[in-house]
Amino acid sequence: MSETTDRNGFKREMLNVVPHLRAFARGLCGRADFADDLVQETLLKAWAAQARFEPGTSMRAWTFVILRNVYLSELRRNRFRGEYDETQAERILTAPAGQEGPLHLSDLHRALLTLPPERREALLLVGAGGFSYEEAAEICGCAVGTIKSRVGRARATLAAMIEGGALPKRVAGDGAAHAEIMKGLAEAQQGKE
Amino acid sequence: MADKKRSGGPKKAKPKDNMMNLGSQSVEPRRGTPQPEWAAGLKRLYNSVVEEPLPDNFADLIARLDDRDS
Repeated sequence: MSETTDRNGFKREMLNVVPHLRAFARGLCGRADFADDLVQETLLKAWAAQARFEPGTSMRAWTFVILRNVYLSELRRNRFRGEYDETQAERILTAPAGQEGPLHLSDLHRALLTLPPERREALLLVGAGGFSYEEAAEICGCAVGTIKSRVGRARATLAAMIEGGALPKRVAGDGAAHAEIMKGLAEAQQGKE
Repeated sequence: MADKKRSGGPKKAKPKDNMMNLGSQSVEPRRGTPQPEWAAGLKRLYNSVVEEPLPDNFADLIARLDDRDS
């Protein structure tokens, strides 16, 4: 009976973090449909691994670790092509007076997708998800200093792209973005495995 | 570099110090280091997905999990 209660509690907690899983996944892979597939896979894996979840700790951080692993294994299978979901294209990020054109959220997202995966995820966790460097380090299984450096490099790259007006183009950029992703992954793999 | 990290998880933004009037309540202004406008855009990108209505299939999938292992 108490086991049933635990299981229901676990499910509730999982459901509560789904919006965050979707947001993280969308930031990682750029396409809403693929992102949601990743989240579903993550939920199945989380359920199967529920015995390893320590009650009282962050469900969001715990499931992010799983999502990240699901994403990386999909990336290895070359599933993503750096395609960007244009449904958000109309959302204007900011349109300061005197600039050539407004920066759209879609521009920012495409720029994000050109980053090597480990920098992209670090920036997403800290800069978008609001995790501390320590929490992000735990999620990625690396040192805090490594996360800080990845976030710093990611920010510098994005700043250069945005301020230098070198954002990836909507269509042509997709191939380039994917090439960058795969290149980044190859580097990450060499370092890790 | 002297970037102040916030401890603690994702909290709702306190409506103060809003140096960039971006019109999104979910964006937390950082104190101390001036952030470029696109930095707030990262949060908006994330929050825009968090705030989307959740498709039913997620709740369905979670609800069905019991059946699978009984």
